[in-house]
Amino acid sequence: MERLKQQYRELLEQYLASQDEKVLYFAQQFSRKFIEQEVAPEDLVHLHKDAISTLFPEAPEAFKLSYDFLIEMMIHYGLALREHQSMIKKREELQMEIEIAANMQDTLIKTTLPVMEELDIGYVSEPAKKMSGDYIYFTPHSDRKVSVAVADVIGKGIPAALCMSTIKFGMDSLSEEQSSPHDVLSIINRLVEKSIDDSMFISMYYGMYDESTSIFTYGSAGHEPALLYRAATDSFHYLESKGLLLGVKQDVQYEEQQVKLEAGDFIAIMTDGVTEIRTSEGFLDEAIIQSYLRQWKDESAQQMSDQLYHALAQLQDFKLHDDFTVAILKKRTEGLSVGE
Amino acid sequence: MELNIERVEEEGRTVFYVAGEIDAYTAPKMKEALERVTPLEEADIVIDLTDVSYMDSTGLGVFVGFYKSVDAAEGSVKIVGTNRRLHRLFEITGLDEIIDVERIGGGE
Repeated sequence: MERLKQQYRELLEQYLASQDEKVLYFAQQFSRKFIEQEVAPEDLVHLHKDAISTLFPEAPEAFKLSYDFLIEMMIHYGLALREHQSMIKKREELQMEIEIAANMQDTLIKTTLPVMEELDIGYVSEPAKKMSGDYIYFTPHSDRKVSVAVADVIGKGIPAALCMSTIKFGMDSLSEEQSSPHDVLSIINRLVEKSIDDSMFISMYYGMYDESTSIFTYGSAGHEPALLYRAATDSFHYLESKGLLLGVKQDVQYEEQQVKLEAGDFIAIMTDGVTEIRTSEGFLDEAIIQSYLRQWKDESAQQMSDQLYHALAQLQDFKLHDDFTVAILKKRTEGLSVGE
Repeated sequence: MELNIERVEEEGRTVFYVAGEIDAYTAPKMKEALERVTPLEEADIVIDLTDVSYMDSTGLGVFVGFYKSVDAAEGSVKIVGTNRRLHRLFEITGLDEIIDVERIGGGE
């Protein structure tokens, strides 16, 4: 420190005498040493005060006192600045971790759309923020069967997203025999009840379509009913099935219902990010969703899902308030043509 | 939108009169108010939602969590005054089967 004091005084003296640019350049080089030697901003003011006292012993007392005042200021300023910088750093680290987690989630929840001969399937699942609390999963089975699971974790953001991985692993561990809604929902319920926090719950809709009979068997664990469109009567019906949310109670029996699809009929399974949309003018009437779907009923299931998403996102000024998931299962009017 | 919670002790029962909207922003306030009820053993709690116009799934989560703690302590909790929309939420989630929920004007 003594050496620094002397060097600083000499530099200052030279500058006062010459006001030479070169001295400023040296000062700049010199200031780097402060960082190396961990000299705090207030210490620099100390150096300046000492140098002034030595160079101008006759300087008025008030002048010297003003440096004490500046030292005090610098101490607090330095502290606040360091705190601010460390907060920014922490925030950056956190953002990076969220980014990594979101990427991991993408890999984790990746689902492949099965291509079926009779059933045209499409879906959209978009998180409101970086990570989603919605989950959608398709499983192709043998014998021309396919199952779909749509789940929504109550709560948003990262905790909800982490919770979702429980369902994913549960679904992956099911055997081929355990594919009825009744079995799947009660197995996943037990798993969720055991493994997640008391204040988190999941709603889930699960259905299985059998192409050989055109029957859709479905069950719900506290999830809102899917919507069935009947082409013959141009009408919508709710596919309701009673059942408690996952994770509330250990042993729950889940009902299971059946419906037979005719050509041109389709089923839309949604999460509340689709049906509970709030705009600046209040709640969106669910009839709007029906009228949209009716309007696009002749398009492919994927186009219907995409268009519904865009239309509803637009109504919310493209800012989703909740995770958005829709799956559409539509019985083709004619079989899958070659090359499609 | 604000959430107002008034807690009244009536004839050995704790009644919460709730007014406003229960969503992700106000749900923590609701949770905090309910958590202040101690002990839960033999607690007799009524939550009056007559003046609640809107509740989302976060709000629902608060009531489920509370129901679970009260149930574990063998206390009782009843929710009354749910409007059509709120009642539907309890029905869809199957919670009306385990929690005593009475809609506005009485009736299950």
